[in-house]
Amino acid sequence: MSALLELSGVSVSFDGFKAINNLAFQINEPEMRAIIGPNGAGKTTFMDIVTGKTKPDEGRVLWGEKSINLIGKSESQIAREGVGRKFQKPTVFEDQTVRENLAMALKNPRGPFEVLFYRKSAEGAARIEAIAEQINLTDQLTRKSGELSHGQKQWLEIGMLLAQEPRLLLVDEPAAGMTPAEREKTTEILVEAAKTRAVVVVEHDMEFVRRLNCKVTVLHEGSVLAEGSLDHVTQNPEVIDVYLGR
Amino acid sequence: MIRTLTLALALLCLPVALYAQDLQSLLQTHQKIVEKPSRKTVGPVIEALGASGLPEVPVFLERWQDKALYVRKDDGVFFYAAKSAEGRDLIDISTGEIVATGVDAGTLKQIKPNGGVRKVIGEALVQFLLSDPDIERRRNAVDAIARNLSPNQIAPLVASIEGEPDAALLQRKRRLAGYLTARFGDTTEARVDAIEFLSDDLSVDGRAVMSQILETRFVAADAVPDANVSEVLEPGSEALSRDAAYAILVEEHGFPPRLTDNDVRLALEAHVDGGKAGGVPVAQLGDMQNRAVAYDTLAAQGLVQKRVSEGDLDRAFAEWGFYQVYLENDAAVTAAALETQKAIQTKVAMNQAVDLGMDAISLASIYFLAAVGLAITFGVMGVINMAHGEFIMMGAYTGYVVQQFITNYTLSLVVALPLAFAVTFAAGVAMERLVIRWLYNRPLETLLATFGISVALQQLAKNIFGTQARPLTSPGWLDGAWVINDVVQISYIRIAIFVLALMFLGLLLFILKKTRLGLEVRAVTQNPRMAASMGINPDKIKMMTFGLGSGIAGIAGVAIGLFAKVTSEMGSDYIVQSFMTVVVGGVGNVWGTLAGAAMIGFFQKGVEWLNPTNTLAAQTYMILFIILFIQFRPKGIIALKGRAAGD
Amino acid sequence: MRKSFIAQNPSVLWFLACLGLFTVVVTLMAEATGAGLISTSFVKTLGKVLCLCLVAIAMDVVWGYCGILSLGHFAFFGIGGYAVGMWLMYARTEAIVVSNLAERTIPATPTEVNDAIATQIFGVVGSSEFPLIWAFSHSLVLQLLLVVLVPGLLALIFGWLAFRSRVTGVYLSILTQAMTLALALYLFQNDSGLRGNNGLSGLQNIPGFEAVPQSVVSMGFFWASAIALGLGYVLFARVLSGKMGSVIRAIRDDETRVRFLGYHVESYKLFIFTLTAVVAGIAGALYYPQAGIINPAEIAPIASIYLAVWVAIGGRGRLYGAVIGTAFVSLLSSWFTGGGAPAVNLGFYTIQWTEWWLVLLGTSFVAVTLFFPAGIGGLFDKFARKSS
Repeated sequence: MSALLELSGVSVSFDGFKAINNLAFQINEPEMRAIIGPNGAGKTTFMDIVTGKTKPDEGRVLWGEKSINLIGKSESQIAREGVGRKFQKPTVFEDQTVRENLAMALKNPRGPFEVLFYRKSAEGAARIEAIAEQINLTDQLTRKSGELSHGQKQWLEIGMLLAQEPRLLLVDEPAAGMTPAEREKTTEILVEAAKTRAVVVVEHDMEFVRRLNCKVTVLHEGSVLAEGSLDHVTQNPEVIDVYLGR
Repeated sequence: MIRTLTLALALLCLPVALYAQDLQSLLQTHQKIVEKPSRKTVGPVIEALGASGLPEVPVFLERWQDKALYVRKDDGVFFYAAKSAEGRDLIDISTGEIVATGVDAGTLKQIKPNGGVRKVIGEALVQFLLSDPDIERRRNAVDAIARNLSPNQIAPLVASIEGEPDAALLQRKRRLAGYLTARFGDTTEARVDAIEFLSDDLSVDGRAVMSQILETRFVAADAVPDANVSEVLEPGSEALSRDAAYAILVEEHGFPPRLTDNDVRLALEAHVDGGKAGGVPVAQLGDMQNRAVAYDTLAAQGLVQKRVSEGDLDRAFAEWGFYQVYLENDAAVTAAALETQKAIQTKVAMNQAVDLGMDAISLASIYFLAAVGLAITFGVMGVINMAHGEFIMMGAYTGYVVQQFITNYTLSLVVALPLAFAVTFAAGVAMERLVIRWLYNRPLETLLATFGISVALQQLAKNIFGTQARPLTSPGWLDGAWVINDVVQISYIRIAIFVLALMFLGLLLFILKKTRLGLEVRAVTQNPRMAASMGINPDKIKMMTFGLGSGIAGIAGVAIGLFAKVTSEMGSDYIVQSFMTVVVGGVGNVWGTLAGAAMIGFFQKGVEWLNPTNTLAAQTYMILFIILFIQFRPKGIIALKGRAAGD
Repeated sequence: MRKSFIAQNPSVLWFLACLGLFTVVVTLMAEATGAGLISTSFVKTLGKVLCLCLVAIAMDVVWGYCGILSLGHFAFFGIGGYAVGMWLMYARTEAIVVSNLAERTIPATPTEVNDAIATQIFGVVGSSEFPLIWAFSHSLVLQLLLVVLVPGLLALIFGWLAFRSRVTGVYLSILTQAMTLALALYLFQNDSGLRGNNGLSGLQNIPGFEAVPQSVVSMGFFWASAIALGLGYVLFARVLSGKMGSVIRAIRDDETRVRFLGYHVESYKLFIFTLTAVVAGIAGALYYPQAGIINPAEIAPIASIYLAVWVAIGGRGRLYGAVIGTAFVSLLSSWFTGGGAPAVNLGFYTIQWTEWWLVLLGTSFVAVTLFFPAGIGGLFDKFARKSS
């Protein structure tokens, strides 16, 4: 089985500071993966590279069965290839309703003229209803998303990601600022999603990671320090040294 | 030639008078000629006058030339005369004293030398003046020669060089003698030497001498002419169009002139007869082909002159050759002049490049002064202050108002600079507190709000100071220019602005790198949240920075006002360039602004150099260039990198 | 879900109704077609205001909805004016020249006619030849095509360069301002081929309609402007409705996020930038025959900034807001600067509004940005919410 996403020898530096250093990483489909690491380990930069926001100085980022090189492609091209990304801070379009937010994310042609002459369809509406159900926002569809609670915004954003129908989902600290009940629900959504696609979760909260019950990659100073089950990596003395021991 | 030479020699021994004779008696020996001078006869008189060594001779020549000399009819004695109530007062030509009053005008005859004679007198006069003890008169004489170079001035000029006490004038005389020799010297060697000597003379006069020697004319001839040919020309080439070549044949060899379309039309109109001209109905004459047919018919009837066709031209060109011929016959001289001209042109081009560089530097200094305040506020707060230009204007008007109270320009400048800083600093702080503070994180709205302020301030200035430009006079010691040679010169004001810009660069670098304020400003620029959490009060920093940026705009206003007009709209002339400077240089960095200003200044001057007649085009190209530049460096020359840059 | 787009957007219907009512009222009161209560020059003023409203809604779309504060849309407006002005000037001069040459004994050749027209038009800048850009000026159809093509192409090229290098926010505003300044400076040159700072004049005389009085011509243009505004409003309302509007507003609020949704943000911006530029060009082509003269000063960056001011005062992000703001400010402005407003005597000083209007406008603009960011349109929204 070939990997869905494979990074090898990737390095990038800002003003001499090596944010990512000869990083190798791969993930299959479907798979759930958690990435942990101390501040400045390169977690966000890793996501920036995969999604095309940052161009690496060297290395390869290969995608899919045909091993397409993602480096040099624009953010929107990569997103259309099937990479979805959720930011740390919930970013939904607060001025628009939940339905509009979801409709925008629905997997449909993305060209300006196709969008201009797009007609609403029954399947589309059904998809929106189904996702709203999944993220607990059925009653909120006509509300402006700016009026939602913090947790609801997080779900809406996850819902928008699901509507994109990505093959790889990158999720940055989804549980930050959530109530325990909301965390429960979030875990559920993510685990469900990982049954059909690859999901990468970056998280600080060990409890949350444990609940995801998946393989864990530890990043440190821009490269992989350890990889394996949570129990396995937490026993690793190096990991304890740089991260958990603090 | 010999005549002038002897005269000059005579002048050299002025103190030792050869003849112990007074002016009147000398004139009496040539009485008839002085009274009725002609070009041919006047020579010996002037020679004698020169030889006399009498000090009153120049005055006499001047009066003679100016028709102020009179002769008493009874005895033929010469006087100057002045009008008085009773008639004329007679003045002795030697002593200058009035010797008789109330003389009847009828007894006197005014001597009126004709133009040719006056010219001879004038030349003689110049020769006298060249050695005049009064330096002003000597200078005037040299100027007179320089205005109109002529061969017979070489000898007196050369003769006067020896005794010239003033170093600068001596230099000029030598140079002028060089010009004269180059153009009119006796021998080829003398001229070639003189020409070669001029190869490091960059003055306009020196260059004019070369081009005068190299003056050419077009000649059409059926064989190679016996002349100093510069070039053989082909009709229809770039140097000589077919029309121009034929025009030479018309002029020199009486060929029939070509007809313009208009000539054809007029001829046809003159020969309309019974609704037809040349057999073609008038209604069909709105067509060139028909007109040609009609005209040729008329020509065949002998009513009008024949048309000269392209074929006629070809035949004429086959027979005649066209030559560009030097007016100067001596080929060695023209060759030397050509070489010297080339050498001079190379040197002039090099010096012009230096001059252009200087210009660019001063332009860059102005842009730097105008933009650096903007760069600081933009960098620290991420807001664009559209009213920045109006702060420049406020500074300039502050300078103007100060000059209304303090009339000593130097002192008023000393007062105006800090006062302008204070006024605009206060205005900036007020604006920050009242408006901008409420609009942080809404940069586009800040842009528009400050634009509103800019509109209001501009109109306010118009209401207070009126629409006409107000002068901001620079002190006397800033007038004039530092002249390096004939090509390179820089006005002192521009040097002063350059120095001012350097001072501000130093001052800002000092404030930003060495003071607590600078440290805090840099902290806020790079990471406002972190800075706030470290106990820096960002509000205070922003206020201070805004004040500082505005204050610098005020000082820039005084500087700009010294060489440009102070009007209510002067700010808007600089605002877009300032924006460009900031954008090109990169935000939040004094060095970036410097680089941006230098780049824009040099680019603008460079384009002006390529197309010197059109400064508007230069600005257009500059802006297009900047738009393209942004393509390659969207964050400017010196950009913040990494996380500090944000997105 | 199958309802027509107009039915889904009742505000569009309301706007069209108001515009239609306004047009009819003006027609009934005008000199040529009605009671004569409104002078011809005021009809022209109203027609010009309608054109300004059209360019203002274009500005609102690009700024209020898409978040690009363009300081160049008045330049596109001016280009439209120049394009149509070239034909007007050429055709009118041709008519004059031909009638002059007809007095000669023999008929003129085409070259003579052409030279005479060129001398007539370009004599003022010391030229007697047609520049290359006048190649199509003899044809109304081609020049009308240029009204659309030139602003469209310029916006396309400029937008492509600017958007692909991810220039956004204040930077983009400055860049568009630079483009506008470059264009204005270019036109100021005598050898620009467009008569330098003399501009094009006599545009109020429509070739072929010399016999028709200005009162009727002005009515025609008034109607044309009203129809153009109505069509423009419907066009933009259509573009901004549904998913397209959703994406565009999303770009305004967070373009990075939109990119990660898989939308090619640059194409959308380019589409909106170009479309609005074209509409601006059309508005200009209708405006300048009513103004009678166009010169490079009209294109100066400050005009584009005023455009933004109108939209902001009207309330950006609402199409009708742009119309209200433009009509309100430009009519008020002509009232104040035309000496219509009575002077205020303060005892020690008399406020002449011709002098103080800009001060008032500037400060009130600051006040609007600070205290009423939603503008006049925002007040409307408040009432609408209260009544519902």
